[in-house]
Amino acid sequence: MTLRISFIAAGAAILLLVVIFELIRSRRLQERYAVLWLLTGFVLLVLALWRGALGTLADAVGIHYPPSALFVIAAAFIIIVLLHYSTVISDLSERNTTLAQRLALLEKQLEETGGRSPD
Amino acid sequence: MAESLVTQRPVAPSRVRAGLRRAAIMPALNEGDQIAAVIAEIYAVDPDIEVVVIDDGSTDNTAAEARRAGAEVIRLPYNLGIGGAVQTGYKYAFEHGFQIAFQIDGDGQHDPSELDAIVEPIARDEADIVIGSRFLGLGEYKAPPIRRVGISIFARLVSAVIRQPLSDTSSSFRAVNRRAMSLFAQEYPHGYLETVEATVLASKHGLRLMEVPVHVRQRMFGRSSLTVPLASFYAIKVLLAVFVGMFRRTTIQLEEDE
Repeated sequence: MTLRISFIAAGAAILLLVVIFELIRSRRLQERYAVLWLLTGFVLLVLALWRGALGTLADAVGIHYPPSALFVIAAAFIIIVLLHYSTVISDLSERNTTLAQRLALLEKQLEETGGRSPD
Repeated sequence: MAESLVTQRPVAPSRVRAGLRRAAIMPALNEGDQIAAVIAEIYAVDPDIEVVVIDDGSTDNTAAEARRAGAEVIRLPYNLGIGGAVQTGYKYAFEHGFQIAFQIDGDGQHDPSELDAIVEPIARDEADIVIGSRFLGLGEYKAPPIRRVGISIFARLVSAVIRQPLSDTSSSFRAVNRRAMSLFAQEYPHGYLETVEATVLASKHGLRLMEVPVHVRQRMFGRSSLTVPLASFYAIKVLLAVFVGMFRRTTIQLEEDE
């Protein structure tokens, strides 16, 4: 693996980490959803710089060109993050339904008890 | 540790709270077995306090039991997690004009007879938030070693970040005044171990923190809802939040003292 690839990969990982940090700092990303992203960034950064470890890992799974192993690992993390977000979205949509139902029932109850609905 | 933080015991306990409207915020998740007893114990100590139970999506009879015991009950439409539940209580207390809000667990591990000790520094206007610490010499807090280590790491970390020695930042037995309520009503951490983050948040906004020693009773009922993987995740999350929080500017306006 050439040094150039290592540097570019490390640079990309650092950029990812900086962007995540800034998103958390500016409150656009909640910490609990950032943990998985940060883990992704750290693992990619470590493997980009620690060429020996990446080589060993690539050998172990039969990948002849170590930078490809970096791609495989990045892809694995992306799949994990996406799956995680799919579960988060499912949870959110269920909660959204519950909230809408709750609100509608409350509005009905308010009408029945003589209170006026907000509109 | 931190002798100077220990305040004197109140001489006349009932005077301490005279004239202050008090709410006791009690987040509860499936605590139906004992919550009525815990609420009754609070009313026995302080009949004028308003106990506000935030039912965080319980599937048992928690809400009915709490109402039976005379508490105000706010039922969340689904489980928000401890942080969201506690913040609901702070919003309620703030909007209803309470001057003091306590935070107390629904499992009976906090002794209501210590409410006066916790509120005293606020009544004397020496603190905005008072934390009941389990590690200032009153009684022996028996917890699994791993839990104790975690609690101690958080205490040291937070002490370093806010430059004030605190012995127990993860204690959920606390009292706050309106200034702190106005902060927590606007911004409060999500999820478990939220008290650690809330402590840092409060300090960043210039609120005065103080600890008083409390006893902690053995968890009278049930077990901690925090499992090891969940605790690890939230520990990492809290560390991250505390770290990033150091680079954040404070943007929240607090209510000025009347």
